[in-house]
Amino acid sequence: MTYLYAFLFAGAVCLIGQVILDNTKLTPGHVTSLFVIVGAFLDIFNIYDKFVLWAGGGALVPITSFGHLLIHGALDKAQEYGIMGLAMGMFDLTASGITAAIIIAFFITLIFKPKN
Amino acid sequence: MQQTKYCKLVNKYKPQEERLFNMAKAFLIGGVLGIIGHSLWQLYCVVLAMGEKEAAIVTTITLIFIASLLTGLGFFDSWVKFARAGLIIPITGFAHAMTSTALEHKQEGFVTGIGSNIFKLSGSVILYGVLSAYVFGLIRLLIFGG
Repeated sequence: MTYLYAFLFAGAVCLIGQVILDNTKLTPGHVTSLFVIVGAFLDIFNIYDKFVLWAGGGALVPITSFGHLLIHGALDKAQEYGIMGLAMGMFDLTASGITAAIIIAFFITLIFKPKN
Repeated sequence: MQQTKYCKLVNKYKPQEERLFNMAKAFLIGGVLGIIGHSLWQLYCVVLAMGEKEAAIVTTITLIFIASLLTGLGFFDSWVKFARAGLIIPITGFAHAMTSTALEHKQEGFVTGIGSNIFKLSGSVILYGVLSAYVFGLIRLLIFGG
C-alpha cells in the first residue's frame, strides 16, 4: 500500500510544481526554493513527518524533504545545546546528500565533455 | 472570417490542453520516481540489512548519482525539457542543476569555471533551505520547546 501512497504523494508534489510553473512567471529555481521552504515550514507542526510515515520513500524523493531534514537536524542538536544547536546541527542529516552531490558532480564534470 | 475565428478557437484551447498534458506528465513521472525511491529504500533495508536512516541516505545518493551520470552522458537535459516539474522537483533536479552548470562552465577552468558555477542554480535551494529551517526551527524551539 505504501507504494501506492509513494506514487500519489510524489506525483502530487510534482503536479503542484508543474501548475505553479505553467501559471506563473516563476522559474524552476524559484519553485524548488519555494518547495524547500514549504518542507521546512510543514515541520513546525510535524506535518511532513506524517507524510514520511505515510508515503515512505515517496516523501523522501521530492526536494521538500531537504527542508524537512534541515530543520530536524537543527532541532535534534537544539535539544542538547539550545539555540546554538540550531546552527551546529543544521547540516547533520543532509550532509551526506550534499557531499555526495558535490563529489559526484565534480567527477562527472571531469570525465564528460559539455554537449556544445 | 472563418480563418480568424478558427485561429481564435485554437488559441483558446491549445494552451489549456498543453497544460493538462504537462500536469499529467509531471504527476506520472514524479509518481514513478516516488515508487523508485520507496523500492530502493526497501531494497537497501531488506537486502543489504541497513538501518532505515542509512538506507534513506543511500537511496538519495543513488538517485543523485543516476541523475548526474545521465546529465554527463547528455540524456538528462532533453528529459527535463519533456518532464519539467516531474524531474525538477525530485532530488534529481538538484543533482542535474549542479552537474549541468558545472559542465557548462568547465572550459573556464577549475576555480573560476567549475568552482564558482557548481552552485549557480542549486545554491538558492541551500540558501533558502538553511534560512527557512533556521527561522522555523527557532519558532518551534521558542514556542513548542523543540
